[in-house]
Amino acid sequence: MVGKKSKTRRFLGHVAVLVIGILMIYPLIWMFMSSFKPSDLIFHTATNLIPDPWTFENYATGWEGVSGVSFGRFFLNSFTIAGLATVGTIVSSALVAYSFSRGKFKGKNLLFVVMLATLMLPAQVLMIPQFLWFNTLGWVGSYRPLIVPMFFAVQGFFVYLMKNFMDGIPKELDEAAKIDGCSFYGIFGRVILPLSVPALITSGIFSFIWRWDDFLGPLLYVRGTQNFPASLALRMFSDPTAATDWGAVFAMSILSLVPVVVIFITLQKYLVEGISTTGLK
Amino acid sequence: MEKQKFSLIGFLKRDTVAAVVCMMPFIIGFLAFLLVPMIQSLYFSFTNFHMIRPTYEFVGFENFQRMFNDTRFWSSLRATFNFVFGSVPLRLLFALIVALLLLKGSKMSGIYRAMYYLPSILGGSLAVVILWGRIFASDGLLNQILDLVGLNQHFPWLGDASTTIWTLILLAVWQFGSSMLIFLSALKQIPDQLYEASAIDGSGKIGSFFKITLPLLTPTIFFNLVMQTIAGFLAFTQAFVITQGGPRDTTRFYVLHMYETIFNFNRAGEGAAQAWIMLIIIGVITLILFKTKRFWVYDGGY
Repeated sequence: MVGKKSKTRRFLGHVAVLVIGILMIYPLIWMFMSSFKPSDLIFHTATNLIPDPWTFENYATGWEGVSGVSFGRFFLNSFTIAGLATVGTIVSSALVAYSFSRGKFKGKNLLFVVMLATLMLPAQVLMIPQFLWFNTLGWVGSYRPLIVPMFFAVQGFFVYLMKNFMDGIPKELDEAAKIDGCSFYGIFGRVILPLSVPALITSGIFSFIWRWDDFLGPLLYVRGTQNFPASLALRMFSDPTAATDWGAVFAMSILSLVPVVVIFITLQKYLVEGISTTGLK
Repeated sequence: MEKQKFSLIGFLKRDTVAAVVCMMPFIIGFLAFLLVPMIQSLYFSFTNFHMIRPTYEFVGFENFQRMFNDTRFWSSLRATFNFVFGSVPLRLLFALIVALLLLKGSKMSGIYRAMYYLPSILGGSLAVVILWGRIFASDGLLNQILDLVGLNQHFPWLGDASTTIWTLILLAVWQFGSSMLIFLSALKQIPDQLYEASAIDGSGKIGSFFKITLPLLTPTIFFNLVMQTIAGFLAFTQAFVITQGGPRDTTRFYVLHMYETIFNFNRAGEGAAQAWIMLIIIGVITLILFKTKRFWVYDGGY
């Protein structure tokens, strides 16, 4: 009797969670389906989820891009910026994290406090100061402001995440490597770095997703349509002051989500771990 | 010559020196991309630096005066506070409720969890921001669904001063998934013995939630509260793309206001002043949150 009652209750619980869950992702499914509808029908048939007829036309017209620049170029620009920024972030953050974890020198604790303070300093507060500084340096209008700082461990989040991970690696391994003749750099390259791969992957995927999605940075620094990353191109594509081909916008929007969805599916374990343990995002 | 080079390598290989060498990216990065820009902008905030005028001079507190006398500055603060106070509590509440629902593991829980945090993974992208604008447009998805159930109103969700900010709040609340994951991992760490003990003491499910679960979650709630509040103050893209700050400045968030000061009106000196005021506001709010900590955050052991 009791068992039956709790069984129905559990079933109802499942139904509730599932229904709310579908409601949550419905807008995304709707955009995906709409991208296969003829562009002029999207908002006339918005309540029908399934396209009738199906068409790939939006992907073709969307790919042609804006002002003679194809969307392929925009995606390539996004990959260039996000890729280089991520490589820079991982290399520099790993080195700095290693020094925080294993190094011994005067002033290290002070530097650590400074690093923690930068964690609380959001990019938007720095927006204007950094813009004026890069303007002074003459970097505005290039990718440099979006890439070069990343090679100098400016994102404390990742340093912090990696340092915590490295702190968990037993010190005995360092000592064994030292006896075998490894220098401070050698221990990093041969012991710590190979063992830190999970933390490097977690940092890498978050860095990539953030840089891929970044809108404010390119908005400030990138000039010239042919240099736009996908985020800026999408915004230009859906300009509210002009007549917009929503089918093409949705199609290119869906394509811009593909890298993140692929990461979501293949590396979910690292995503969940990254969010749960450090509160990233 | 050869010998000197050799000793340089030897010097670089000393453990202390090596540690400093590895630290160099951070030291250089901090100086070149954080400290120097902040100091430079502090200096600019006392000048009439203008984006398209080559010369500038010291003007004292003029930028700050102009900024505080600007009604749009105050409306941007009001919009930002409305957004933060609307989105942060709702987001935490949903995150907590769904985390509690998903806590009991089943075969499906992996899929459920993925469904609930997918929006927060994709939510940072411009594609989702554009999609949101199309959902609430007057010919958009929401009005068509309302049409279908007979509520034929074609309400301008994005054109009415009372509803527009709620569409942006909803976009933020929709992305509760990351907070949910943090709650889930905190809930899993609460030892079962505590619940057993409270069941022996005669507490029901609701009783043990308020006596055990909630108090032990307060550090996690606090952490989320601080992070989300700061993040709420930095909202920009959704307002810039979906509403352009309107209608009647109800979604003109602080960062948007700052952006327009420097990029539309070219008043870089005033923009620098605004950046510093924002830093102070965020600092004060974080400090206040930390001051309230001892009244409601449980920090003992289990």
